[in-house]
Amino acid sequence: MKNIIIIGAGTGGTMIANKLYKALDKKEWQITIIDPSEIHYYQPGFLFIPFGIYSKKDVEKPTKKFLPKKINFICSEVDSINPLDNTVILKNQNVLSYDYLFVSSGTRLSPEDTPGLKDKLWQVDIFEFYTAEGAIALGQKLKNFKGGKLVMSIVDLPFKCPIAPIEFVCLADEYLKKKGIREKTEIIYVTPLSGAFTKPIASKMLNNLLLSKNIKIVPDFYIEKIDNDNKKLISYDGRDVPFDLLVIVPLNKGADFIEKSGLGDELNFVPVNMHTLQVEKHPNIFVLGDAAAIPTSKAGSVVHFAGEIVFKNFMSIIKNKNIIHSFDGHANCFIEAGHGKATIIDFNYNTEPLPGKYPVPLFGPFSLLSVNRLNHIGKLLFKWLYWKFIIKGRYIPISSNMSTKGKKQMFN
Amino acid sequence: MAEKTIAGQIIHINDEGYMTNPAEWNKEIAIEMAKEEGITLTEKHFAILEYLREKTLKGETLTIRKVGASGIVDIKEFYQLFPGAPLKLASKLAGISKPTSCV
Repeated sequence: MKNIIIIGAGTGGTMIANKLYKALDKKEWQITIIDPSEIHYYQPGFLFIPFGIYSKKDVEKPTKKFLPKKINFICSEVDSINPLDNTVILKNQNVLSYDYLFVSSGTRLSPEDTPGLKDKLWQVDIFEFYTAEGAIALGQKLKNFKGGKLVMSIVDLPFKCPIAPIEFVCLADEYLKKKGIREKTEIIYVTPLSGAFTKPIASKMLNNLLLSKNIKIVPDFYIEKIDNDNKKLISYDGRDVPFDLLVIVPLNKGADFIEKSGLGDELNFVPVNMHTLQVEKHPNIFVLGDAAAIPTSKAGSVVHFAGEIVFKNFMSIIKNKNIIHSFDGHANCFIEAGHGKATIIDFNYNTEPLPGKYPVPLFGPFSLLSVNRLNHIGKLLFKWLYWKFIIKGRYIPISSNMSTKGKKQMFN
Repeated sequence: MAEKTIAGQIIHINDEGYMTNPAEWNKEIAIEMAKEEGITLTEKHFAILEYLREKTLKGETLTIRKVGASGIVDIKEFYQLFPGAPLKLASKLAGISKPTSCV
């Protein structure tokens, strides 16, 4: 019997577990998946909770519901990995051996890394929406919000779902208008980037989107600390941004066991071969999704596309064949623009987001980099697709690698 | 891509002023480029430039946080030495390409 261990039952872990289970001979392979939570979260849904569009029940389901019974699910924290003797040590010091290991432990918020963040204003006037609890608490706060300075800020890169803060301010603009207090509210977008997004053409388009909604952008702002007494963000170069309500993306880090296992970079993300997602020194370890230190977005679409490639390569490896598939960094995201409209971006390691149609070139039905209602419907339908197909590892006829067909070449 | 003569040498730069061939870099070029930015380079500056070049040649991605954890400077001092956008400015003076963000 050969053992596969998967650490993390989020999007990537659950998806690869299902794919492997279907493809492998159950008499030869035992699959074990480890996660500290028994709940699977639909993370793209967190964004909608503060505005009352989704509630907790839209984003939570039992993890076991998405795993075949013969997969061994262990609800536990991982203490460490020992890649030299191919073992995983659990929090209770139980030792599990693996032939192949998939690390899909994602990112976690680390507000402790920013002085003054997890202080007396935390969950009082400072909120986040990257956890279900955080998003619910923010929803309560917004309900009673009377206007003032609403600041959305990002501590550092990389962070999960890099367009979510842009979506947040767009939805906040709509929400506050409906509440009748938009004119009493100044929305300010504070980012360590030089603009709304990193890639030039999308950044220009998203900058214009925010400006059209009278949302002010404060670029190149690298947060040093938060002054709780004066309710101000302070940057390393001595600038400050006052706030009444601060919504923040705290520093994102990989899991602690990665640091303990000596597999991580300075933020506990795991350096891997960016085309095969294997740890260079330990090729029987694959890293899926946000846990990997690769130069693309930390987003569900990435682990969906990368997971397909890793799965195909894995099947070749166990048959002693050469691996032929290479991940190109493909990412795409629906971007909610407020007022029932959305846009989409599609890009990879080498090609920045460009206008065109998606997923079928020239046809669509979705339009890249333009804001319309159909894209918004796509974003809402995605929840259904996620629960029914994506995490169950079912085949979806969308290319894993990015297509440049029908895309308009542009100059900045 | 354009050619530029600086410190008596010809270098290749892109339209944002970043050198396209790190091998063309030397300290005299850095000193002249820094002058254009209103900075007088000290040994501390050079220690950072060398660190950035070394990490880049190894294929590592650079971030402000990483420089702050390098043991050469903390983030506050990095900002003081290269005001404004320190990683971009220091990368330009180190003769390496503009830092890309991973999103």
